[in-house]
Amino acid sequence: MLNDKVVFKESTIQLSHGAGGKASRKLIEGLVAPYLKVNELNDAAYVQAENAKIAFTSDSFVVSPLKFPGGSIGELAINGTVNDLAMGGAKPLAIVSTLIIEAGLETAILEEEIKAMGEAANKANVSIVGGDTKVVEHQKADQLFITTAGIGLVDPRVNLCAKRVKQGDKVILSGPIGDHGITILLARGELDLEADIKSDTRSVWPFVKKLIDVAAPGLKWMRDPTRGGMATALNELARDAKVSIVLEEEAIKVRPEVRGACEILGLDPLHIANEGQFIAVVSEEYAEEALKAIQEVPGGELATIIGEVQESDRHIVLSRSSYGGTRAIDMLVGDPLPRIC
Amino acid sequence: MRYIDEFRNPELIRKTLDEIERIVDANDHFRIIEACGGHTYSIFHFGLQKLLPKNIEFIHGPGCPVCVLPPGRVDEVLTIAAKNSDVVFTAFGDVMRVPGKFGSPLNYKATGTDVRMIYSPLDALNIAIKNPDKKVILFAIGFETTAPSTAITVLNAKELNIDNFFVYSNHVKIVPVLQSILDQPNMKIDGFIGPGHASVIIGAKPYEIIAKKYKKPIVISGFEPLDILQSILMLIKQLKRGEAKVENQYKRVVLEKGNVSALEIMNQVFEDRPAFEWRGLGAIQNSGLKLRPEFEKWDAEVYFNVEKIIVEENKDAQCGEVLKGIIKPNQCKLFGKVCTPDNPIGALMVSSEGACATYYNHMFSSVAF
Amino acid sequence: MCLAIPGKIVEMVDDQNQYAIIDVSGVKRKVNISLIKNEGVHVNDWVLIHVGFAMNKISEKEAKEQLQLLQEIGEDMEALEEVRGYQFE
Repeated sequence: MLNDKVVFKESTIQLSHGAGGKASRKLIEGLVAPYLKVNELNDAAYVQAENAKIAFTSDSFVVSPLKFPGGSIGELAINGTVNDLAMGGAKPLAIVSTLIIEAGLETAILEEEIKAMGEAANKANVSIVGGDTKVVEHQKADQLFITTAGIGLVDPRVNLCAKRVKQGDKVILSGPIGDHGITILLARGELDLEADIKSDTRSVWPFVKKLIDVAAPGLKWMRDPTRGGMATALNELARDAKVSIVLEEEAIKVRPEVRGACEILGLDPLHIANEGQFIAVVSEEYAEEALKAIQEVPGGELATIIGEVQESDRHIVLSRSSYGGTRAIDMLVGDPLPRIC
Repeated sequence: MRYIDEFRNPELIRKTLDEIERIVDANDHFRIIEACGGHTYSIFHFGLQKLLPKNIEFIHGPGCPVCVLPPGRVDEVLTIAAKNSDVVFTAFGDVMRVPGKFGSPLNYKATGTDVRMIYSPLDALNIAIKNPDKKVILFAIGFETTAPSTAITVLNAKELNIDNFFVYSNHVKIVPVLQSILDQPNMKIDGFIGPGHASVIIGAKPYEIIAKKYKKPIVISGFEPLDILQSILMLIKQLKRGEAKVENQYKRVVLEKGNVSALEIMNQVFEDRPAFEWRGLGAIQNSGLKLRPEFEKWDAEVYFNVEKIIVEENKDAQCGEVLKGIIKPNQCKLFGKVCTPDNPIGALMVSSEGACATYYNHMFSSVAF
Repeated sequence: MCLAIPGKIVEMVDDQNQYAIIDVSGVKRKVNISLIKNEGVHVNDWVLIHVGFAMNKISEKEAKEQLQLLQEIGEDMEALEEVRGYQFE
């Protein structure tokens, strides 16, 4: 939902406009949406096809390095697309994908990524039904870019809409945050940091399916906090639903290694990207059952209720510490940069 | 002991807060300046301000090395890197979004300049070693905390005979700037929360002048919630007794004498500049560090014959007044309207430790609760 | 100001005591320890790390004393209250 009128004034596009935070939002709302007359911004859009409600999404993947602990660009491309559909309450059905390949890429690397796509699709129970391939000159792309489009069948029991989010609703988080973003940061090798962590990339549909089965009437909003992290996803919700969101800091799970890396680099785990977690807002009535449903699916054991929705004139996200201190949590601005001061 | 969680202990935090509350009277009003951006960040990040009595007022000081850089400083070397494809600009992540006359380092990077982010000064030296055909400039920032690390890096470059590594020094000193703030007319400051990590290097002694000449108490403080609260408690106790002493709350890392070897290394490589320009505060004598002449081979200022770039500041920007504590960030005409973290006009809006960015990111929480 | 964080030395890297591997919650990095080598650096020491350098050793004794001091805040008051409780009105 586009509440406030945003005008895009910058003369050139900068990297931060693609980082998933405030700058990205400005670009989309200020330049893209007005021309294309899009008035709802979600990861997946709904299309009515006769009697079926279809979720329709597209995504692109430009990760460096291509392979990292816990995953690779091919796996990410499938899981990312599947998760966008799942966040729309849709069972993923089919994906088409485009490979943009830099001339000179080793065949073995490409082969491995295509294999990874196939395996991920298999695991997520979705078919890759078509695609396209382009090869560009050396340095016109960085090894391999993948774009995808996916469709899914929206479960008729769900009605997801930020406007339904009201005072007292509970915010559920599916597991520990920051694994993916920190893994990538470490895998780039520039910081010389080593830790035993891996990307959390996975399909979240099994959790969502269970969630819909037990709590569909109370399920109001979902989002996978990828780039921009939890902070950005929840700020968008606060803005769209015109509420404030109050988090209990202690309830948000962060692995020690992710916390350690964030401490060293002066980063906030709430701003770090995830590829296999999601946030669900559920009415109080259904919250406990919803949580239990996620926890019962293997890999969902660490899900917790991390906070709740409050009515407020300020459409912001607050975090409350165990000793009663509160802080406002802003969206990410640009890319998360390590800091020393 | 992990030296982090222990100092976030909710029970002890409550206890310390209660004690502060107990000794502060209703008609007291304390204006406390926290010298460090890190303290500003912690106070907001941990939501301490709202837990403390209303009559303790914080003034956010000049201790963010990125924020006090004069605009134009990044351009001076970025323009060189932009013009010469063999020149690499390296800097800490903090510097990457600092707006220059022609854009930030990130903007330069996006249009093809070789800009690389580093975590340690040694990373810049390693880039030079691995790329002998490149000239690598380290855009060095920081107080005495960071200067010894740059100094060791220069000494390493000398020892390894690396001649394609250059330092553009923006290193500054904490005590001269604190004095400069105290010298401002109409300054109403009751006491200082002293820099914790700069003091690891310089020790407690250099602050004597603040206690003796200016009669202001100063407590060197750590950065965890319990550190800051204990420091406030110590400061208020001094103020209540009418004392002005240098006290050290951060004893687990700050020694009275500082880190003597670090000071020696720093003084071996750096010397005071006669004066250094601070954003919003003007030129301050003996407040900046440059490489000594015997290290000029590694001095970017000398090697590249860097020309000064002066940037006209937006006339409505009140960075200086914010830095001096005359106005609060949100009282600046540009705050939140023209100047925001994603479009910073002044550097105080750039760094997450900058007073303005901290205010912007956290100001709403006081409204909601 | 400057972001500096506590880390534990888990391995000495070279004979000149220039570098050590430190561990922060399971994250490891090689840091330069030449600023503190005169202090005598050993595996299992905790140090304060800033931009890839150890700036100083962290004193466990001082840390414990600080926490103890804070623990005792208000205890005098409680003791006083207790004594008062036994007094006749």
